[in-house]
Amino acid sequence: MHEMSIAEGILGIVKDYAEQNDASKVASVGLLIGEMAGVEIDSLEFCWKSLVRGTLADGAELVIERVPLVGTCDSCGKERHIEHYNFICPDCGGTMIVKSGRELRVNYIDME
Amino acid sequence: MEVKVMKDILGENDDIASKIHGMLSGKKIFTINLMGSPGSGKTTLLEQTMKALNGELRMAVIEGDLFTSKDADRISKYGVPVVQINTTGGCHLEAPMVEKVLAKLDLDNTDLLVIENVGNLVCPAEFAIGEDEKVVVLSVTEGNDKPMKYPLIFKESAVSVINKIDLVPYTDFDVNQAVDDITTIHPSARVLSVSCRTGEGIDGWLDYLREGVKRKRG
Repeated sequence: MHEMSIAEGILGIVKDYAEQNDASKVASVGLLIGEMAGVEIDSLEFCWKSLVRGTLADGAELVIERVPLVGTCDSCGKERHIEHYNFICPDCGGTMIVKSGRELRVNYIDME
Repeated sequence: MEVKVMKDILGENDDIASKIHGMLSGKKIFTINLMGSPGSGKTTLLEQTMKALNGELRMAVIEGDLFTSKDADRISKYGVPVVQINTTGGCHLEAPMVEKVLAKLDLDNTDLLVIENVGNLVCPAEFAIGEDEKVVVLSVTEGNDKPMKYPLIFKESAVSVINKIDLVPYTDFDVNQAVDDITTIHPSARVLSVSCRTGEGIDGWLDYLREGVKRKRG
């Protein structure tokens, strides 16, 4: 259960940005979470809710956008969605290099 | 107001991991992050490694464990310097924990540093801790479905060690299927079948470590 570490990472970034922008309340936090990021969304939301209690992010919603797992073949150059974690190019047998889908990123923060 | 951020959530961990990696590389130390389920044989693999490489390579070990020093006690019997990190319930190591204990090791006299992570096929995969390469140990008794069930750790690991290969005749474990699944997830992965109990296949593992050390020395 490393979702608490991830929630702590988000809160750290939120506090930094709130301070820089003189904000006292955070309404929502937009996240980009890759399809192959090692995170359980329900568990992250649960950790987030308990972690932010009493902070400026109390009640702030996590708005999660999933990023599809996409790779580029290192041999034929074709870009495609990676199905069933198969990183072998179905066209030429080359290796699919991950282009997106591993993100664990704070995209934006909505604050007042 | 909406403020654009675009920052990696684990960026702070990754920054410290890069710093550790830079420092260890400066000292030409080959560092592996040894991961796998509880009971897969990570510590036993380390014991076999120390038995074989003592006197040939200068090793040091960092042991991650929830509460005990049982594994570190096993390592210290071989005369290899070992530092214990207790995560007190934490399911994985993070870079700041490793950074804190590095000063306890004589890194000027180390060729190979093994960081044994907490037994877990999920969480450790997401956290860099300063290693050159991640290694995952999968044991035959866990079943050959594990690579597809926990793809991230196999994707992240340069080497997958299939341990307890001597038990294959007593289980339904399909070695070919496991190797196929691992190399589908990670086409360039090196897959090694070993038995830490009989010593089968251990030479291939030792060669991997020797190559890594040689590469770091340049």
